[in-house]
Amino acid sequence: MATNQFGDLDKKTLTQIYQLMVKSRVLEERLIKIYRAGESYFWIGGPGEEAWGVPLGLLARKGQGPAFDFFHLHYRCTPTLLSLGLTMVDSIRLMMNRATDPSTGGRNFSNHYCFPQWNVAPVTSPLEVQYPIACGTAHVQKRLGKKSITIVTGGDAGTAEGDFASSLILASRKGQELPMLITVQNNKWGISTSYEGQHGETNIADRAKAFNIKSRVINGNDPVETYIALKEDMEYIRNTGKPAFIEAHVSRLYGHSSASGANPVQNEIDPVKEFEQRLLKAKVITDDEAKKTWADFEAEGIRATEQARSEAVPTAESVWDHTYAQNENADWRKF
Amino acid sequence: MANMAQAIRMALHYAEKNYQLKDVFGQDVGAPLGGVFTATQGLETAWNSTLDERGIIGMAMGIAMAGDRCVAEIQFADYIFNTIDLLKIAGNTLWCTNGQYNLPLTVMTPVGAGIRGSVYHSHSFDAWASRLAGWKVVMPSNPLDAYGLLLSCILDPNPCMFLNPKALMRVRGEDLIPGEPADERDLKNLIDAPIGDRSKWKAKWPAIQEHLVPIGKAKITREGQQITVVSYGRHLLLCNEVADQLKAEGYSVEVIDLRSIYPYDWQAIKNSVLKTGRVLFVNEDTDVTNFGEHLCYRVTTELFYHLMAAPKVLAGKNVPGIGLHPHLEDNSVPQKHEIESLIREICAEVP
Ligand SMILES: Cc1ncc(C[n+]2csc(CCOP(=O)(O)OP(=O)(O)O)c2C)c(N)n1
Repeated sequence: MATNQFGDLDKKTLTQIYQLMVKSRVLEERLIKIYRAGESYFWIGGPGEEAWGVPLGLLARKGQGPAFDFFHLHYRCTPTLLSLGLTMVDSIRLMMNRATDPSTGGRNFSNHYCFPQWNVAPVTSPLEVQYPIACGTAHVQKRLGKKSITIVTGGDAGTAEGDFASSLILASRKGQELPMLITVQNNKWGISTSYEGQHGETNIADRAKAFNIKSRVINGNDPVETYIALKEDMEYIRNTGKPAFIEAHVSRLYGHSSASGANPVQNEIDPVKEFEQRLLKAKVITDDEAKKTWADFEAEGIRATEQARSEAVPTAESVWDHTYAQNENADWRKF
Repeated sequence: MANMAQAIRMALHYAEKNYQLKDVFGQDVGAPLGGVFTATQGLETAWNSTLDERGIIGMAMGIAMAGDRCVAEIQFADYIFNTIDLLKIAGNTLWCTNGQYNLPLTVMTPVGAGIRGSVYHSHSFDAWASRLAGWKVVMPSNPLDAYGLLLSCILDPNPCMFLNPKALMRVRGEDLIPGEPADERDLKNLIDAPIGDRSKWKAKWPAIQEHLVPIGKAKITREGQQITVVSYGRHLLLCNEVADQLKAEGYSVEVIDLRSIYPYDWQAIKNSVLKTGRVLFVNEDTDVTNFGEHLCYRVTTELFYHLMAAPKVLAGKNVPGIGLHPHLEDNSVPQKHEIESLIREICAEVP
C-alpha cells in the first residue's frame, strides 16, 4: 500500500473513514428521497462534508460530561454523528418526525441532532449561536482539567454574525484561553449568496490569527489531510489548553436545503467519489468491496425507513412536555 | 438590616458555599468593583466577562450544559435585548431536545426606572421575560425576598431570570436574613468593600442560613376587603404606601406581592378577587402587551361574574423611552398619586 499519499493512516482507518463517508452519503440521499416522497416537511444536511465530518467524529474523545469532548455542530453534521455511532434509523426518525426520534421527539428538522451521551449539544436553526455556547462547555472543561476539548462547527456566511467574533475573543483571553477547536466549513455559499462579495478578509482563518489563535486553512474535501490536521490540532489543544482554528474548504452537493430543491450540483468536488477513486487506485479497496459498501448501506437505509415509517408520531397533548424540567406544569391555565 | 444589594451578595455567597455555584460573572462583576451596584463584591467565584452580552448568555448556557451552576449578570436590562434569541434558545433547549438537556442557569439583571436613569438605564423587562417560554421569572420587592428568590433560582433545574429593581438596591427591608447581624453597621463592616485600595480586602461573611422563597408563590403584604392590588418590584412598595394612607380614610385595600412573574400564583389572585370583586394591576413596563394585561384578561374571563367593577391595569406609557427630566420620567411610569386615584375610582364604581 502506498502509505505516503495517505499519511500515516493504516488500511483499517482508511477503510473505516471510507465506509462512514459512503454511509453518510447514502443516508443523506435517503433523507432527500423521504422528503421527495412527501414523508417529511424539510431536508437540510451534509452531502459534501463527509471528508471533513467523518475524521472529526472519529478523532474526538467520545463520552458524556465535561471529562469528554463536547460538540456544538451545525446542520450539516450527519458524517460526524455517524462516526460517533448514530444509526441510520435514528437519523430517519428525526427526518420523519417520529415520537421515537431520540434527538427531538419529532419536534425539529433533519440534522438537528442532540445526543447527550456523546456530548452532542442540540443543533439549533439560529446560525452561529453555537459559538458562544461552546465557550461555556470549554470553560467547564478547563476548570475540570481532564484535557477534554470543545469542538464547534459552522458555515462561512454565518461568520458575519457577532457570535463568531464573540467566541474568538472569549477563547483567546490571555491566561484564560479555552480548550476549543473552532472551525468553519467554507462551502462558499450562504443559501444563494456567494462568498465573493461578502468578505474582505483573505481567509476566514485569518481572523483567528488576530487573536493569536493557532490557525490554518485545509482542504476539507480530503479526509486524509483533514484527519492529520485535526489530530495535530486536537493534541495541541489538549496539551496547551489553548484554542485552535481550522477553516475547511468543503462542497455543498445538493444545494442549501429542500427549500432550494435539494438537487445534485455538478460543478463541485465530490469528496466521497474522489476518495473512493484514490483508494481503488492504491488498491486499498477493490471494486467489489466498493460496490458492496454502497449496496449494503442502501439496503440498511431502506430497512430503516420502513422501520421509522411504522413508528408512532408525537401526540397532540405532548406539546407541553419538557417545557420545564421533570415535566413541572408550565401551562398558566393550570397554575 | 441588609439592603437589596447586600442580600443578593449574601445569597450568592451562600450558594457558592452550599449549592456548588461555580461562576458568577458579567461586566465588572469581579474584583475590584464587584458589580456596578456592588451586588457581587467579595465573592470567590465572581469574575469579569468580556463586554459582550451575547457572550455572557452563550457562556452561561454552555456552563449549564456541561453541568455546572452559574449566575450571569447583564449589567442593565437595557442591554439584554441583543441576547433575546439566546434567551429563547435557553428556554426552548429542554423542549427541543425532548427533555434531554435542561439548562439550570440564572440570569440576573437590574430593571426599571426610579433613579433618573434616562433612556438606557430605565427599561423594564418583565413583560418581555414573560414571553420567554421555558424560563422562570422572578422580581423581588425587598431584600429578604431577593435572598430567598435568588437561592430558589440557583437551585431550580430550569433557566431562571432574576429581575432586580435597581431603584431598590439601596433600600433596606423590614426582616433580617437568617444569620444576618442585627446591626447594619456590623454587616457593612463585614461585607462591604472599602473605598480605595481593595487588593488585600476579603469579605468576612456572617453565618447566614438557607431561606427559600418558592418560585410561583405570591405574598399578601396588606390585608383588605374592598379591592385587590397586584404588583411586584418597586411599585409594590408604592402600592403598600397607598394602601396604608387610604386606610386612614376607611378604605380596605389588599395588596399582593406577586414575586414571581412566571409561573405566577393565580390561586392567590383568584382568592383575593373572589373576596374583593375589584382589582388593579400595577407595574412599570410599557402598557401595550403588558404582563398585567394577561392577568387582567384572566380575571375578566374567569371571574367575570364575581366582579363589582371593571378590572384595570396601571403600567408605563407606551413611549419609546424614559426621558431624563423628571417631568418626562414621572409622566412615563406609574406614580403614587395615579395608583391612589385609580383605587378610589375602582372602589367608587357601582355595578
Ligand atoms: C441567525 C440566522 N439568520 C438567518 C438564518 C437563515 N439561514 C439559514 S442557513 C443560511 C445560510 C447559512 O450559510 P453558511 O453559514 O455559509 O452555512 P451553510 O448553510 O452554507 O453551510 C441562512 C441565511 C438562520 N438560520 N439563522
